Amino acid sequence: MLMKNRSLVSINDYSRIEIQQILDLAEEFEKDPNQPLLRQYVIASLFFEPSTRTRLSFETAINRLGGRVVGFSESGSTSVSKGETLKDTILMVSNYSDLIVMRHPLEGSAQYASEVSSVPIVNAGDGAHQHPTQTLLDLYSIRKTQGKLEGLNICIVGDLKYGRTVHSLLIAMSHFKPVFHFIAPEELKIPKEYKIFLDQKGIEYHEHRELAPNIRNADIVYMTRVQRERFSDPLEYEKVKNVYILRNQMLENTKDNMRILHPLPRVNEIHQDVDSNPKAYYFTQALNGVYTRMAILVKILGIK
Amino acid sequence: MNHNKELKVSAIKDGTVIDHIPSHYLFNVMTILGLDHTSHQVTFGFNLESKKLGTKAIIKVAGTFFKNEDINKIALVAPEAKLNIIRDYQVVEKRVVKVPDQIIGITKCMNPKCITNHEEMTTRFVVKKKKPVELKCLYCEKITDQDHLEFV
Repeated sequence: MLMKNRSLVSINDYSRIEIQQILDLAEEFEKDPNQPLLRQYVIASLFFEPSTRTRLSFETAINRLGGRVVGFSESGSTSVSKGETLKDTILMVSNYSDLIVMRHPLEGSAQYASEVSSVPIVNAGDGAHQHPTQTLLDLYSIRKTQGKLEGLNICIVGDLKYGRTVHSLLIAMSHFKPVFHFIAPEELKIPKEYKIFLDQKGIEYHEHRELAPNIRNADIVYMTRVQRERFSDPLEYEKVKNVYILRNQMLENTKDNMRILHPLPRVNEIHQDVDSNPKAYYFTQALNGVYTRMAILVKILGIK
Repeated sequence: MNHNKELKVSAIKDGTVIDHIPSHYLFNVMTILGLDHTSHQVTFGFNLESKKLGTKAIIKVAGTFFKNEDINKIALVAPEAKLNIIRDYQVVEKRVVKVPDQIIGITKCMNPKCITNHEEMTTRFVVKKKKPVELKCLYCEKITDQDHLEFV
């Protein structure tokens, strides 16, 4: 099935080949970021909950492509606050625009929006469920820093139980025969369903509790934040919140090609003394989001 | 079937008898099959003795014959249910229910943050496991299990 006019709800919507096509196009945009391909297009950017980085990165992508943006950055000032249903908002906006980028706090809202909308939906995060454009920019960052996606040694650290970026990354990388090292406290271990998924795909993975000794062979160290709001018991949160703090001295014996990724925002899981280390890649990673999202928009609108 | 037990709920001439329904799901079964709105005669027995289930419920619907796809909807709550199709007071056919591969409507998603619990819309699930039932929401992709089934 063509990517053209197809909504992007979940990373599962894209095959290995489609992922590579997006990354190839993103690479072109990185070389030449100002291409007025969307001059004739109006893109709606509907952020039902605030998200600085994702929204600005999408809107930058649209502007670099010469498109125009309509929308809102929080639902308080819209008719949603008057009780308008998501369906009605989407039906209205799909009459005004050529594509809708949507961030919504409820899980499954992007799938529902794609069913009622007459124009394609790009999911910019639906609650704790999916955030596929983040995953694609993670893959872009991995490929760019390692020169390839195949056969990499990937350490994922922190909240592996609730972290949606972790789950999507795992699914997307599973196309490329990686070896995973999962580093998490007992309370936040990778869920069984994902281990079954990896077993079925024949992908090697290891689970660890300690950070420092297990990143030495890594090509990518993917750090995540332990989110306070995921815990019903504040004591449980206190126990795990400072378990994994990556410090500059821990990077001494790591591989030269190793790079540290983080979906941001970080709290304290990466110490500030890491920021100036050339292995720190998380801020460039965020910039890669612009090129990746340019590629996604252009592919879905069927321009390239 | 023992004749005495049969008489606890009056016999019907033509229609369907649904037997072996867990007692506490009787009213769910009625709702799922739309029997709360039917104009046909419906009689039911409740908290009847059952060797299999402890207590069971039985429903007799006169003048009504269900399609398989409709009757399979009750498999979520009454997987052991047996249907007797009655014509002229005689059982002419027996049927069992099967859990379908997809469930549309009927039950709610147990995830309070799922869009289906906030918009006027129909729920959709794929059945991941049939016994005990595990349903995967086609929207939020969370699993709703047998213990958390709640009906629309």
